[in-house]
Amino acid sequence: MIPEAEPLLSVQGLKVHYPVRHGWRGKPLAVKAVDGVDLTLHTGQCLGLVGESGCGKSSIAQALLGLVPATEGVIRLDGHEITGTAKVPAMALARSAQMVFQDPMSSLNPRQTIREILSGPLRLHGMTDRAEREARVAEMLSLVGMAPEVASRYPHEFSGGQRQRLCIARALILRPKLVICDEPVSALDVSIRAQIINLLLELKDRLGIALLLISHDLGVVEHMSDRIAVMYLGRIVEEGGWREIFTAPAHPYTRALISAIPDPMHRDRAPARLGGEIPSPLSPPEGCAFHPRCPLAMPRCHSGGGPEFTRISADHRARCHLLQTGNPHV
Amino acid sequence: MKAGANLYVGGGIILLIAVLAIFAPLIAPYDPVTSANLMYAEEPPGAQFWLGTDEQGRDIFSRMVYGARISLFIGLAVQVMNTAIGVSLGLSAGYIGGWWDEMVQGLTNLMLSIPTIVFALALMAILGPGLLSLLIALGMTDWAYSCRISRAQVLTQKSLNYVQSARTMGFGPLHVMFRELLPNIAGPLIVVATMGVGSAIMAEASLSFLGLGVVPPNPSWGGMLSSAREQLMVAPWVAIFPGLALFAAVLGFNLLGDGLRDLLDPHGKGRK
Repeated sequence: MIPEAEPLLSVQGLKVHYPVRHGWRGKPLAVKAVDGVDLTLHTGQCLGLVGESGCGKSSIAQALLGLVPATEGVIRLDGHEITGTAKVPAMALARSAQMVFQDPMSSLNPRQTIREILSGPLRLHGMTDRAEREARVAEMLSLVGMAPEVASRYPHEFSGGQRQRLCIARALILRPKLVICDEPVSALDVSIRAQIINLLLELKDRLGIALLLISHDLGVVEHMSDRIAVMYLGRIVEEGGWREIFTAPAHPYTRALISAIPDPMHRDRAPARLGGEIPSPLSPPEGCAFHPRCPLAMPRCHSGGGPEFTRISADHRARCHLLQTGNPHV
Repeated sequence: MKAGANLYVGGGIILLIAVLAIFAPLIAPYDPVTSANLMYAEEPPGAQFWLGTDEQGRDIFSRMVYGARISLFIGLAVQVMNTAIGVSLGLSAGYIGGWWDEMVQGLTNLMLSIPTIVFALALMAILGPGLLSLLIALGMTDWAYSCRISRAQVLTQKSLNYVQSARTMGFGPLHVMFRELLPNIAGPLIVVATMGVGSAIMAEASLSFLGLGVVPPNPSWGGMLSSAREQLMVAPWVAIFPGLALFAAVLGFNLLGDGLRDLLDPHGKGRK
C-alpha cells in the first residue's frame, strides 16, 4: 500500500510558534499554532488535513510554502530540505509547491488581467519568450476548463467558481509537484463545489501531482483524500488511510467529526455533538488537549503531557489514552 | 450629479491656471520683471493694465500669469516629493511591520506634531531663500498624511490572498509592495496627493510672503501679497488679485480631490 520510495513531502516534528507580546515590554509568550507535527505525502496522493478553525492547519501550509518560518522541525520537499540551514531559495520552493486559497474573490489581484496574473510568475522564473508564456497560459487555462480568450479579462468579470478555476491554473502554472488546497471549495456555492473537487482530482491524476487538502469539511475530505490526518490544537491526533479513518475511527475527536457529516439518508440520526470551543493555543489545557471536550475523558487525561501515538495498524495511529489501555473501540 | 460637478469645476480651474502658466509668455501683455516704470506706479485696473499695476509700475496681470508658473511647479513638484516619501515609508511600514513600522510611525507622529510651515521655515532659514531650498523645505515636510494613509491601506490589503499568492510565486517584497499592493491602494492616495497640491501652493505662498521663498523680483503670488501689504489701503488691487488667484488654485485642487474621491471610491458608488 505505501510506496517505498522517498516521499515527495516529509514533515518531521514541525513546530510553528508565533511570538506575542502584550504591550511594549510585556512578557513574550508563544502561540503554539503547530506543535510537533509529522506528515508524509507521496506523489499522486491526496492527504486530507482535517480540523476546526484555529487548530493550526493553515500554519502548516504557510510553513510548507516558506511564508512563515518553522520554529522547529524538518520539512523535506522533493528531496530538498526547506527548513534549517540548507534552506532552498524561495524561487526553487515556488516551483515545487503552490497553493490554492480558500477565497477566490480575494486571491486574484483585481488590478491585473488574467494574463498578467498567470504570466507574471513565468517571467519571474526565467521564461523570457513571450510566445512561450502565452502558450503556457493558454495550456493552463484549457486544463482548468477555461477558454484561452479569457486571458485579457479582469478577475471581477468571473464568477466564484470560475475564479477558483483561475486560481488553480495559477497554482499549476509553474508545474509544481505539490499543490496545497486550503479549503478550496468552502467559499463556493454548493452547486459549484463538486465541479471544483472533480477538477482537482482529475488534475491530480493527469499531472501526477500531490495534493495537500486542508479542510474542516469531512465530506469534502472523504471524497478527495487517500490519507487523512486529523488535527487538534496544533497536533495530529489521528492519522491513517481513508478506509481506516472512515470505517474505524479511533480517536473520540475523529468520531465526533465524522458523525457531524450531514447524511441525507439518516436525517433523524443525532450527531454526537461536541460542546465548547477549541481552547486557546496560548494556554493549552494540561494533559490531553482534547480532554475538556471529550465525552470519554478519564482522570489520567487531565494531567501529564498528553498521550503519545498508539499504532492501531500498519497505517493507522492515534493519540488517545483509551487506546493504550487496550480498548480501542469504546 | 454632485460628484461630477466637483470634478469638472475643480478640473476646469486647474486647467485654466495650467494654460496660463504654460503659455505665460504669449498671454502676459508685459514682462513681469523688467517692465517696471514708476510713471505708472499703482495704476488702478483699466484698459491699459487690466488688473492695475504695483508700486513699481509692473503689470499685475502679467506678474500673476508668471506667478502661476511658480505656484503650479512648486505645488506639483513638492507634492510628488511628499507622495514619494510618504508612500514609500507607509507602504514599507505596513508591509514589513516590526521595528521598521514602529520607527516610521514614530517619525510620522513627530512630523505631525510640528506644524509643517514652522518646520519649513526652519529649513528655509538654514538653506537660504530660493527655488531649490523651497522644494527641499516643502517636499520633505508634508508627507505624514500620505504615509499614514498608505500604511492603513496596506494593512487592510496585505492579508488578502493575492498578496500571499504573489509571495508564494517567489516575488520579492519590492514587487509585492509596488506592483501588487500599490495599484490597489492608489485611489485614496491620488485624492490625498491632489488635495496636498493645494496646501503646498499655500505653503509656498506663505514662505514667499515671509520673504523666505521665491526671491524678488521674480513673481510669485505670495511675494506679490507680501509687497502689497504696505499699499493695502491706497491700492487694494495689488493684493486682491494675487489673493484671488491663490484662493482659486487651492479651491480648484480641493474640488478636484473631492471629485476624484467620489470617482475612485468604490463605496461611494451607491451615493446619489
